[in-house]
Amino acid sequence: MEDREVIVKVEHLKTYFDVSRGLFGAKQVVKAVDDVSFEIYKGETFGLVGESGCGKSTLGRTIVKIYEPTAGTIEIGGQDITHLKKSEMKRFRKNVQLIFQDPYASLNPRMTIGEIIREPMDIHGIYGTKAEREERVVELLKIVGLKPDHIRRYPHEFSGGQRQRISIARTLALNPEFIVCDEPISALDVSIQAQIVNLLGQIQQDMGISYLFIAHDLSMVKHISHRIGVMYLGHIVEVGESHALYTTPLHPYSQALLAAVPIPDPVVGKSKKRIILEGELPSPLDPPAGCPFCTRCPYATERCKKERPELKPFGDRLAACFKVEEEYPKG
Amino acid sequence: MEEKKVLSVENLSVDFATDQGTVYAVRGVTMDVREGEILGIVGESGSGKSVTMYSVMGLLAENGTIAGGKVYLGDKEITESAFAGRKEYEKAMEKIRGNEMAMIFQDPMTFLNPTLTIGTQLREPILNHSSMTRAQADERAIELLRKVGIPSPEKRMRQYPFELSGGMRQRVIIAMALANDPKVIIADEPTTALDVTIQAQVLDLIKELSKQSGSAVIMITHDLGVVASLCDRINIMYGGKIVETGTDKEIFYEPNHPYTQGLLNCINNPEDDDRELRPIPGSPPDLLKPPAGCPFVDRCDKAMRICKLRMPEYTRFSDTHESACWLNESRKRKGAE
Repeated sequence: MEDREVIVKVEHLKTYFDVSRGLFGAKQVVKAVDDVSFEIYKGETFGLVGESGCGKSTLGRTIVKIYEPTAGTIEIGGQDITHLKKSEMKRFRKNVQLIFQDPYASLNPRMTIGEIIREPMDIHGIYGTKAEREERVVELLKIVGLKPDHIRRYPHEFSGGQRQRISIARTLALNPEFIVCDEPISALDVSIQAQIVNLLGQIQQDMGISYLFIAHDLSMVKHISHRIGVMYLGHIVEVGESHALYTTPLHPYSQALLAAVPIPDPVVGKSKKRIILEGELPSPLDPPAGCPFCTRCPYATERCKKERPELKPFGDRLAACFKVEEEYPKG
Repeated sequence: MEEKKVLSVENLSVDFATDQGTVYAVRGVTMDVREGEILGIVGESGSGKSVTMYSVMGLLAENGTIAGGKVYLGDKEITESAFAGRKEYEKAMEKIRGNEMAMIFQDPMTFLNPTLTIGTQLREPILNHSSMTRAQADERAIELLRKVGIPSPEKRMRQYPFELSGGMRQRVIIAMALANDPKVIIADEPTTALDVTIQAQVLDLIKELSKQSGSAVIMITHDLGVVASLCDRINIMYGGKIVETGTDKEIFYEPNHPYTQGLLNCINNPEDDDRELRPIPGSPPDLLKPPAGCPFVDRCDKAMRICKLRMPEYTRFSDTHESACWLNESRKRKGAE
């Protein structure tokens, strides 16, 4: 892994939102992303999983600077983009794109498919003439499995899966190195999800693009990702190669999360042992002082409540848990 | 052992009048559910799975009509045509809903009234269908909340929906559905809006409650993982028709219909070592112009000429397993030769 080119490098990233009420109200801060570090290699898919409110979407959006980071650094393609000015951002955006969850809301209904896909090229002024850009649009339509004569049609004439193909064509228009996929398949029907997942995989193989794949459907994330990060309450609690992480999750939260995934096999699915988590996700306004998971963890000790475990390597895995630290060497 | 059929649907068709014309949403669905059984209805959006159940409950939208077929609750017919008129039908259904048949919806927040306490809302179905006093109803409500695993139920009775988490709200809805020991509970994607760990808890609860009470549960879902871990029997719907029906093992281990096989090929089983996903090409049929033949014909890689022309009959493989595909006819003919 050491010799592979790093495309995205995030260090100690924090995104806090000020939610204080009124002029004299007590200062209240939601720590949506709290001290997160990880890397994404060239041509790799890094999956990010976690339940709603864990900060996975905020993290994805902070990396492409839709949200301003509160602290930490973001490097993309070797360049520190944490404090780029607006004028410098445009050049950076060419390299980094985002695919949204809802293909119904993310396409402008008044623009034709051709205009939608051409727009980023117009804005960034790549390719000399309009004719060349039109040519590129046709080429992109082919890549995503649509027909050239779709170019003059409007989004409402397309199904959800086709619309997501249009969004993908648009994100590819500028030849990005890195795409953040924010739940790109969760609004689609089962039979269509596989089409989009395979398309994303094909594009990655052909163009060497890296993905940050954010999703809550854990079985699909496992299928598409090379490595996976598990998030809980603004923290990454475990990172590992996707197959290894699914077979032997180290962190107690990863264990509970994976045990809850319903298996599409009647014998395995009905006999699967679940780890029932007590209680609910703590409010991100008032997170526990120690380990973020300590309020629901079946193994929590006094130490877990006071001290926060750091993400440390165990073999080729990273985990943030005192129990793992104690037990790992013994196997 | 033949369990009693608690709900049966015979050749049901449902149409919707829209600006673009008539949508033939359900086209001749026959099915039943038995005592204590959990039946899964699987299909993609627009397959008619929810519409079938909404029409059974008499909850179709204004522009929807039952164009044909019959619905029986036990031995009693509960289709509008069995009553003297619309008014009588509505009146009878009001008595049945929340009493003999109950429904659990996808989004607990839109189902619960945000301005009323949990107690008030839970008392309502109890008082509507019994002659209990308020105090008795309160007692019953607290008992129900305890049954669905809500901690300190007395306190929860006085709280408003916004004070509860999504998982807790869904438990309240389940408690409401259970209020009058219904014979049939229809659950429309009850866990889709929930996180996986909460989903696992709610599924366990539904399984446990059905075992305890003997209520039949009809689970409408698109999630094959949920179906496999919960349901005894499964109906696969496509284009307004049931294309295959069977026990959980028959559907997952011996799928016959190309659509069922296709569905199973395009999901990932994380326990299985990563196989390639084989998506079904194309998209579902437009039910404004329903196909004359098999609804799956345009996406089926085994389609023949006859498939486009006529809908195949069901072929029976066992007492529980049936599938509607022309391939079975040609296989039968080959077998006879």
